Amino acid sequence: MSDQTTSPTSRDAVVVGGNRIPFGKAGGAYAAASNQAMLTAALDGLVARFGLAGQQVGEVAAGAVLKHSRDFNLTRESVLGSALAPTTPAYDLQQACGTGLETVIQVANKIRLGQLDSGIAGGVDSASDAPIAVGEGLRKALIRANAARTPMQRVKALAGIRPGDLAPESPRNAEPRTGLSMGEHQARTAKEWGITREAQDELAAASHHNLARAWDSGFFDDLATGFLTLSRDQGLRPDTSVEKLATLSPVFGKGEGATMTAGNSTPLSDGAALVLLGSREWAAERNLPVLARFVDAEVAAVDYVSGDEGLLMAPAYAVPRLLERQGLALQDFDLYEIHEAFASTVLATLAAWESEEFCRDRLGLDAPLGAVDRSRLNVHGSSLAAGHPFAATGGRIVATMAKLLAEEGPGSRGLVSICAAGGQGVVAILEGC
Amino acid sequence: MADLMQMLTTNPLAKQLGVPQAARLRRGRELPTGAVVVGSAGGSPSLVRRTLELLGLPVEEALVDTPHTRVSQTDDEGRTREVPAPYPGTVGAVVVDATAATAVADLEDLRGVLRPALRALEGSGRVVVVGLEPDTAGGPTAVAVQQGIEGVVRSVGKELRKGATANLVRVDLLTDAPTTPTDLASTLSFLLEGRSAYVSGQVLHVGHAEEGRVTEVTSARPFEGQVVVVTGAGRGIGASIAEVYARDGAAVVAVDVPAGGQGLAQVANRIGGTALQLDITAPDAGRRIAAHVAQRFGDGARIHTVVHNAGITRDKLLVNLDEERWGSVLEVNLAAQIRINDVLLDPELPGGLDDGGRIVGVSSTTGFAGNRGQTNYAASKAGVIGLVRAMAAEPRLTARGITVNAVAPGVIATEMWGKVPFLTRTMGERLNSLQQAGTPLDVAEAICYLSSPASAAVTGRTLRVCGQLMMGA
Repeated sequence: MSDQTTSPTSRDAVVVGGNRIPFGKAGGAYAAASNQAMLTAALDGLVARFGLAGQQVGEVAAGAVLKHSRDFNLTRESVLGSALAPTTPAYDLQQACGTGLETVIQVANKIRLGQLDSGIAGGVDSASDAPIAVGEGLRKALIRANAARTPMQRVKALAGIRPGDLAPESPRNAEPRTGLSMGEHQARTAKEWGITREAQDELAAASHHNLARAWDSGFFDDLATGFLTLSRDQGLRPDTSVEKLATLSPVFGKGEGATMTAGNSTPLSDGAALVLLGSREWAAERNLPVLARFVDAEVAAVDYVSGDEGLLMAPAYAVPRLLERQGLALQDFDLYEIHEAFASTVLATLAAWESEEFCRDRLGLDAPLGAVDRSRLNVHGSSLAAGHPFAATGGRIVATMAKLLAEEGPGSRGLVSICAAGGQGVVAILEGC
Repeated sequence: MADLMQMLTTNPLAKQLGVPQAARLRRGRELPTGAVVVGSAGGSPSLVRRTLELLGLPVEEALVDTPHTRVSQTDDEGRTREVPAPYPGTVGAVVVDATAATAVADLEDLRGVLRPALRALEGSGRVVVVGLEPDTAGGPTAVAVQQGIEGVVRSVGKELRKGATANLVRVDLLTDAPTTPTDLASTLSFLLEGRSAYVSGQVLHVGHAEEGRVTEVTSARPFEGQVVVVTGAGRGIGASIAEVYARDGAAVVAVDVPAGGQGLAQVANRIGGTALQLDITAPDAGRRIAAHVAQRFGDGARIHTVVHNAGITRDKLLVNLDEERWGSVLEVNLAAQIRINDVLLDPELPGGLDDGGRIVGVSSTTGFAGNRGQTNYAASKAGVIGLVRAMAAEPRLTARGITVNAVAPGVIATEMWGKVPFLTRTMGERLNSLQQAGTPLDVAEAICYLSSPASAAVTGRTLRVCGQLMMGA
């Protein structure tokens, strides 16, 4: 039997540009801003930059990790409130901290398959305007009262409420299956890999210095749009130093071996970031720039529940699989962007790739992947300095990487790696255009 | 509190008490509703009539007040006096061609035309006198007469009420490059329409442009297909400038500092333009503007108009003024545009300023009059006046038909102005012939007029948009 249907020929999906709002500190400049307000602002900035007002793009894919129940259609609602044509479809997607990058993969793949000519991908999160739910007891009583058919039944249902039920439930930064916070999980990994306090503080200081330099040089002039009172990331500390960071007390882990402080861990943040993707033809027809080509992506997950692997170590598994598929070595990249959930996450991942034992036993490789040239890593800073509004981080990193690769020139290659809650890791390769 | 003054000034009683009344001004492309009447002084030259004909404006002959044409009028108390024969209806505008006025007696013709017309002039009516550049008028008497016309027009501006304005246009007729009706059309059209609502008591200048340079004389969308760059477009006057260019057909590149990005995005999206965030004081600002234009508007795209609107204030009395406040104002308001112009004027640079392009600076009435606590600002704004005058004469611009002009706004009701203390604000708004603050739209209209493809014969000038503000001549 001959082929009855043909899949569309694969074509390139390219990054045209990006936009984010400066990231705020939790309870800071965006304390009163909703996810929808921030995502809409990020959209409007992107639309203005590329002159897309009133136009329809293929789709907008975005998500948020901390979400109100009313935000069931967050992205579509944001599109409707933006300058894009109201005929632009949109949907929410969520993969914890991997959300932003996963939306990029989704939109890029649809473009590659010819299902879309253009799309916007990214995410938003607010740790300030977080949803607070009523406790389980109260919630169940209210549902019963709502379902009651007689006043008596309603009174009975409401009478079942106990004072303890009135305590609200706020979202926790903890893994549901272990009850441990992400920081506690990472503290275990850091200890296991012997990541020193000094190395973490060095990475954190470099992140702040690199990001501050990027802002000063105008690098973000076409990647960010001021929002409310912020024109730069609120958590950025250009004046910090290894010495200053060394004075902070550990907040995760216990006793002597505790190395993780508020300085070398990402703070809770608010913000939104988006990436504009398209086919080369779509970009050319509109005289839009083409920064980078989306090459490939991979997602891995680890069994952190049993303690077999660290919560945030999945990228260490995803990257080698991606390299193998592409026939590349870890050193075949001009630039690396590894999300700084914690300084120790980056360092543990790098250590794992250098470890013969890990690469042999865990990855089944004959030789270790080897070292990454640290001067090519997070060259314009990352989450430790910028902040990490969970679902917004992917969009921030992809846009930054794409612009850096465009500056490097055609054929330059970049690796993006983002760890996520639930023991997952999302990684991707971009190539400069 | 703000409305106490409003109440005081708009109350019918206030009018009887002689409190100045702010009229609602005719704006936009609206022409006067009453007749446009044409007269002359010192002969019957044809320039003005031919120009109005070119604009397709129906005109009527102006009445002339002479002793033997007057009629008797009796008032309520039975007193009789001789008055000029009245117009049958209202006069929307009176346009006087005084280019042939050379003798002192010719000024009587001007009086004769203006007197009956002013008595019939409608609200937001127009008085436009066209004269010669005095220094080209001939002997001392002719120069004196042409200069004298300015005194007439500026005084008439102060006498007019109900939003009417008076302006003088000076042209060249006795030089090697005489002004033609085509050259003059955009200026007369601007002055007669509502676009010049807040321009009064001013002297405008029209020279001569090479054959073919003047285009789009009667178009309502003269910037169709043209790229216009506006700095400081994120709010206030800049946002209005961007909007008016978009209204008139331009593809607008709205520029502002990244910190103003939110407002900039809203403006760009509202007008379907593009937002370009950059600090105009950055060394590569000019190149980045050109690169944006070259990238976004296709092969060979160039800029038609660049409007240097971005500006800051750092007010302090000079005795308290340090080099930082001094320097930042001069850098943003003056030095940055000089650098950007130099880059964009490179004819080889992709995305640079096109042949027949326009540069518009934004000065201020403070640039003419100075202001307490604003030595730095006044230096920068007076500097702009000098800059456009000097650049306009440069061969690298004249050879390519590029014009350079500026506007000098007076009191304009922006969000910033709203923060000025109430009394200062109220006083400021009343100290002009129109008895009110102008709007950002008024400034934008003047800028669009100066940069119009039809205004090729207007260059090197700074036009005040101040309602004939009392300060700074």
